[in-house]
Amino acid sequence: MRVRLNGSDKELDDGTTVSAVVQRYGRGDRGIAVALNGEVVSRSDWNDVKLAEGDRVEVLGAIGGGEQETERWTTLSK
Amino acid sequence: MDDPLEIGGDTFNSRLLIGTGGASSIEAIESALVASGAEMATVALRRISPDARGSVLDVLERHGIRLLPNTAGCFTSRDAVLTARLAREAFGTDWIKLEVIGDDKTLLPDGPELIDAAEQLIDDGFTVLAYTTDDPVLAARLESAGCAAVMPLGSPIGSGMGILNPYNLALIVERTSVPVILDAGIGTASDAALAMELGCDGVLLASSVTRAQEPAVMADAMRRAVEAGRLARRAGRIPKRLYAEPSTTFEDAPEL
Repeated sequence: MRVRLNGSDKELDDGTTVSAVVQRYGRGDRGIAVALNGEVVSRSDWNDVKLAEGDRVEVLGAIGGGEQETERWTTLSK
Repeated sequence: MDDPLEIGGDTFNSRLLIGTGGASSIEAIESALVASGAEMATVALRRISPDARGSVLDVLERHGIRLLPNTAGCFTSRDAVLTARLAREAFGTDWIKLEVIGDDKTLLPDGPELIDAAEQLIDDGFTVLAYTTDDPVLAARLESAGCAAVMPLGSPIGSGMGILNPYNLALIVERTSVPVILDAGIGTASDAALAMELGCDGVLLASSVTRAQEPAVMADAMRRAVEAGRLARRAGRIPKRLYAEPSTTFEDAPEL
């Protein structure tokens, strides 16, 4: 299935969970938040929520220090 | 001298808050934070990438600096509220520096969206520190809405123009019971001192330190400026006069 992950189209296996998507970033889950189609996904639901075709997923973390990083804006509303 | 800053029931010994955006490296922000003596620093939420280097979270944790998430880059109440909720999820804090921007050239706050977002977040249990214009009426509305602090700008974010309307700022200070934190526009140390002399309870700055040629040196200057301005405010300055007032009177002066 194809989802929109942090602004890019990504092909993921059917049944991929939010938790699995977070793990792709290799940062653990500290200081991370996830928005799915413009709604917060609670940390306690990451293991249970499965992504679906066309979902918009934003995986966000703390940014400070680093010009390049501050340029990476998200668009939460569509 | 014991003179803590109290916000939302918590106390801070430093009246200088640092925004972490704009630094050239994580090492630069770390040395600046240490030199500033700040006990609270703002961070933004952005998309993460797999190749990201050291985290600002580690820096804050290492130095015992409290993280204050912001809603930088939000242009609507909806985005700001959602960003605050994401920040709460990410960082486990219900404190939020609320920014809702109304114009992408000046980054000036959008009053109606700001009040709407503040009301929603306060209803949802957040401690809201609201970035606002230097309009005393808007500041009063934010205080009435239940904000824990109002954060008027001195001039637009990153402009370094200092405090463009000290009169308005003095009015906000006089009429506001929650802490007033000057936020945005600081260019150099004298701007920060002026904010404190005008009666602000604290100063939040980012670019003036992170984009200075020597961030840690400027951070040290800001720390001293905030302390000096605070002391001067408490000491009570002399009034300005049109003519000289001799410090030693002419009484008992010899006739030579």
